[in-house]
Amino acid sequence: MSARGGRAMRLRGLVRKEFLQILRDPSSIAIAFVLPVALLLLFGYGLSLDVDHVPVAVVVDRPSADTADFTATFDGSRYFSPRRMADMGEATEALLEGSVDAIVHLRADFAARERSRTGAAVQVIVNGVDANNARLVQGYLDGALSTWLLQRAAAQGLDPPIPVRIEHRVWYNPDLRSRNFLVPGLVVVIMTLTGALLTAMVMAREWERGTMEALLVTPVAAGEILVGKLVPYFILGIGGMLLSVAMARWLFGVPLVGSFWLLFATSSVFLLVALGMGLLISSVARSQYVAGQVALITTFLPAFLLSGMIFEIGNMPAVVRAITHLFAARYFVSIVTTLFLAGDIWSVVVPNTLALVLMAVIFLGLTWRRARKRLE
Amino acid sequence: MLGRILTLMKKEFLAVLKDARSRVLLVVPPMIQLLVFGYAATYDLRQVPYAIYNEDRGALSRELEAQIRGSGYFREKVRIASSDQIAPLVDARDVLLVIHIGPQFGRDLASGKTASLQLIVDGRNSNTALIAVGYVRQIVSRFNDDWSRAHGLPPAPARIETRAWFNPNLESRWFFLPGLIGILTLLITMLLTGLTIAREREQGTFDQLLVTPMRPFEVLAGKALPGFVIGFAEATVIASIAVLWFRIPMLGSIGTFYLGLGLFLMSSVGMGLMISALAATQQQGLLGAFLFMVPAVILSGFATPIANMPEAVRLLTYIDPLRYFLVVLRKLFLEGVPASILVHELWPMALIGAVSLSLAAWLFRARMY
Repeated sequence: MSARGGRAMRLRGLVRKEFLQILRDPSSIAIAFVLPVALLLLFGYGLSLDVDHVPVAVVVDRPSADTADFTATFDGSRYFSPRRMADMGEATEALLEGSVDAIVHLRADFAARERSRTGAAVQVIVNGVDANNARLVQGYLDGALSTWLLQRAAAQGLDPPIPVRIEHRVWYNPDLRSRNFLVPGLVVVIMTLTGALLTAMVMAREWERGTMEALLVTPVAAGEILVGKLVPYFILGIGGMLLSVAMARWLFGVPLVGSFWLLFATSSVFLLVALGMGLLISSVARSQYVAGQVALITTFLPAFLLSGMIFEIGNMPAVVRAITHLFAARYFVSIVTTLFLAGDIWSVVVPNTLALVLMAVIFLGLTWRRARKRLE
Repeated sequence: MLGRILTLMKKEFLAVLKDARSRVLLVVPPMIQLLVFGYAATYDLRQVPYAIYNEDRGALSRELEAQIRGSGYFREKVRIASSDQIAPLVDARDVLLVIHIGPQFGRDLASGKTASLQLIVDGRNSNTALIAVGYVRQIVSRFNDDWSRAHGLPPAPARIETRAWFNPNLESRWFFLPGLIGILTLLITMLLTGLTIAREREQGTFDQLLVTPMRPFEVLAGKALPGFVIGFAEATVIASIAVLWFRIPMLGSIGTFYLGLGLFLMSSVGMGLMISALAATQQQGLLGAFLFMVPAVILSGFATPIANMPEAVRLLTYIDPLRYFLVVLRKLFLEGVPASILVHELWPMALIGAVSLSLAAWLFRARMY
């Protein structure tokens, strides 16, 4: 038998053994298919930053035709669900309890001041605890005010009292649907988990049970063991990935502007990194308990918080920005959101893919070296 | 009985802390993560990279440019001279924003017409895009006020005066850091409890424990207490870092903080032990820990409001202990509310804790292999 034929046979045997193990403990299959589907369903529907129908308390001290004209701008808007309140006491209580996000207060002199040289002040109080939400609400209120000013000027046949007006165009996501970037980001987080969960335990389990030593006394080389571990989990992982992409596209309606094959190719590289990270954790820890702990610490939260899927990386201090480079999710989030929303933009895809290739080589190389060292 | 619990607890502490790597894993990463995530988790933008495309070049447009540059929110990356330079810059994410001032700008403004300022924004992260546009809007609105005042134009008949309670400068870090205290405490309890019983099951020592005269309740207490003790200690350190290093205000009482923490630990230790007791292998235990922790964090209201979730998902958040703890932390730190207002957050955590701990104890025997 030629050396090459022997290697192919050994590899087939290893892959077969790994597949049998996967089939016997169904948790691997659950990780590859049930986990992505369940989590993506839950988060795809659950996560949204699109704020509409903000509950707002409207307090009018002295109702008149002018105040009614002003407050009418809230009634038709999909951004607000206004709630009339009798006085500031009631409104304050509602704000403290969290049943409204803001108070709009028209004081008794609104009508008189509106016609005077000074203009009327509309008092707005927002609950600043959720600062992002508060800012959005503030922006919506500003928008409502300018709409009202324009309408009013038009009704009186005056020039609009606005020297400079902003016209903005949003590229790649014109409707500003937050789901369009959250869902691709979630796919990355979920793939990170799947990859690490699939492999974090496998090497450690073999060491713990002593079957690794048994494998090492056979003619199988360390590299072959690695490939034997990688192939079955890679196939499972790709299956989960395809399911996630299909759900993002058809269930959540995220447009896929770029090419599917480029997405497929980059996903494969990312999956290699995720699996490689799991294998590395597993072979460094050598005990399932420690491997599990490391996987819990290093996968989910960094992929969620440091990948740019939700918090902008360019905005972080330099030290933290440098740390984000250690996590593969960062590169893949950039690739995935670009491919989904903007198209095949090489200036984004190429450097990030190269970074992923480098990480895959490092993780798999280190795992291979550790397995080989143990041989001696 | 107490003696037996104490003995078992001692054994559990040894099991947790005897492995040097495990010991380091329990203490160092959560602290590092707080520091790193504390800086990473904010929606406030600073130094937004932008390109300016000024076709007007008159004094008025330069004045507006200067105000944008001086605002501190933006960083001018490049000046461009033609519109076909825009796409490559935005595509490659070199800039988030392109500010375009048309050739008519100064003339329109000077002649009393409304001048327009065009923005092109990278919408790949729509939240960031909205925030950046909001910043420009703020600057332009100040510019408009100054302009109107300087030229004796009648002021707008109405203007908005906003005050933000509890967080006057609307710093979103104040919102995220109390949340991080909750998330990292959950991580620590999962590290401590998620795999313990599964490991003993795999090694066969759990069966030995069950044939001793110990009752399930005692085994439970022995397994749960290290989670409590270490969770209390680490949460204290983490909260102190949040207050002393990140300068998050802590307006509430320390007693209420510990009451909330105790109930949260009870519920999260309970969930962790329940998962661990349900798992036959450590692989399953790890899967269970992730299947609980990931949704618990993502649906807790940490990064996106629970109010935005559809009804079905919102119902599910009611069994998420982190959901309640985050409300407790935020209201306590930023608003300083007393325990009496937090009752609706405190009792669900107690209930989740009681149910999950009982289920864990029951599973000890029910899932024997």
